[in-house]
Amino acid sequence: MANTDFHLQFQEFEDEQGFTENNQGATTVTIDDPIKSRKQRKATGTAFEEEDDDDKTELLSGQRKSAPFWTFEYYQTLFDVDSHQVKNRIVGSILPWPGKNFIEVYLRSNPDLYGPFWICATLVFAIAVSGNISSFLVHQGQPKFRYVPDFSKVTMAATAIYSYAWLVPLALWGFLTWRNRKITSLVSYSFLQIVCVYGYSLSIYIPAVILWIIPNEGLRWCSIVVALCLSGSVLVLTFWPAIRDDKPRITTAIISTIVILHVLLAVGCKACFFSTYEMDPSKYHNEPSTATNTSSTN
Amino acid sequence: MAEVEESSKPLFAGLSDISISEDIPVEGDISVPVGSQSADNDFSTLDEPVKDTILRDLKAVGQKFVHVMYPKKSSALLRDWDLWGPLLLCVTLALMLQGGSVDSEEDGRPQFAEVFVIIWFGSVIITLNTKLLGGTISFFQSLCVLGYCILPLTVAMIVCRIVLVGGSGLVSFVVRLIVVTASFSWSTFASTAFLADSQPPNRKALVVYPVFLFYFVIGWMILTFSPSH
Repeated sequence: MANTDFHLQFQEFEDEQGFTENNQGATTVTIDDPIKSRKQRKATGTAFEEEDDDDKTELLSGQRKSAPFWTFEYYQTLFDVDSHQVKNRIVGSILPWPGKNFIEVYLRSNPDLYGPFWICATLVFAIAVSGNISSFLVHQGQPKFRYVPDFSKVTMAATAIYSYAWLVPLALWGFLTWRNRKITSLVSYSFLQIVCVYGYSLSIYIPAVILWIIPNEGLRWCSIVVALCLSGSVLVLTFWPAIRDDKPRITTAIISTIVILHVLLAVGCKACFFSTYEMDPSKYHNEPSTATNTSSTN
Repeated sequence: MAEVEESSKPLFAGLSDISISEDIPVEGDISVPVGSQSADNDFSTLDEPVKDTILRDLKAVGQKFVHVMYPKKSSALLRDWDLWGPLLLCVTLALMLQGGSVDSEEDGRPQFAEVFVIIWFGSVIITLNTKLLGGTISFFQSLCVLGYCILPLTVAMIVCRIVLVGGSGLVSFVVRLIVVTASFSWSTFASTAFLADSQPPNRKALVVYPVFLFYFVIGWMILTFSPSH
């Protein structure tokens, strides 16, 4: 009996005492992310009142998203946001603040797909509805014009906006990951975080698109410029910490690509869906007979 | 170990000695209750006339329509969900909204398939969104609620069609605008009343917004419908 008790006993008592002696004053940190992100925040110069909460959320978020990507629970973690969080993120994407990085402040390793998806959907329908309303208002004066809602605008707008919101982040993430191998910077963003930033940055365009209903060219260009400045600066401020350690040529190239693509999206939407204003009034004023002809062939 | 083997012997040793004597009779009574067969007949619906079957389903659908028109927090829609009502409403709406196929000027109007796809695809996406945000409602229950709450918009479509027969000037547009706005807010309110209990409390706005967008788009399609003549 005594022999079996000896075999059952642990033989590592001395090691345990050494373990506690060495770590009496130290805190054991086993997750790399909190330290790395704390360094990042000090590097960008932001001051937080809630450091303790950040530590807790960082530690907790390190354990999230452990489900494999083919299960439903994985996608549920991507929708783990509350109403006020979404509201804060939208406000944060509209008002750029020089010290605050959108990903650091608002996302904090909890990127969600709710915002990007539904903001893009709202933008698609806003463009379609506003385009139809503006063409209706423009042609309201002519008595022979019969309003026909153009349903194909919805599919075109959807394709353009969703491909911008997903393909550009994919390209940017691929490029940043490739550069990160050569230049190890402290900041590296995941694909979902980049998609999240791009999705929320499109939210300023929704009021701009609604303003485009008013058929005043000056007002339209003014609203485009304002929206571009706000969301473009949010994007630039977000990606600046990730690429400023790189060579200056590459840095300027990336920043200018981000800005140019953003400009192209806004101007392209305006040109495609709101351009009937320039051409049609002259056509209808000069040739009222053709308008009557086309409507009388019903 | 040796102790265990020794103690096990008396336990199993006596088994070989036991035998069932033929003197002990095995008795019992196994009877199939005849009444259960007739109980089955009461529940099976194969023998009833077809009219009864159809009327029963129609009554269920009609009862749910009444629940939608007067939305209270009842669980009737959720308990006995069915998809007949949504199918009926969707087909009616798509038939009334579709454009003429021959005339080239009416290419802009949505085709039957487009309306059908928008309604069903939109409902599926909203249901997925609800479940991803942590709702406890099942997939088909949510589809059922969203489909049945299209009823006010279908009524608005019929009213708009009647108003358009009278003329398509500014007055008829204002009337149609009021009718469509009222019915679209009624739809949103009704579906929120049914879906509200199954959502986590701090995400209600996130769940209601896509429903609002969905009915807004359908209302927009109804409002911009212009007749073929």
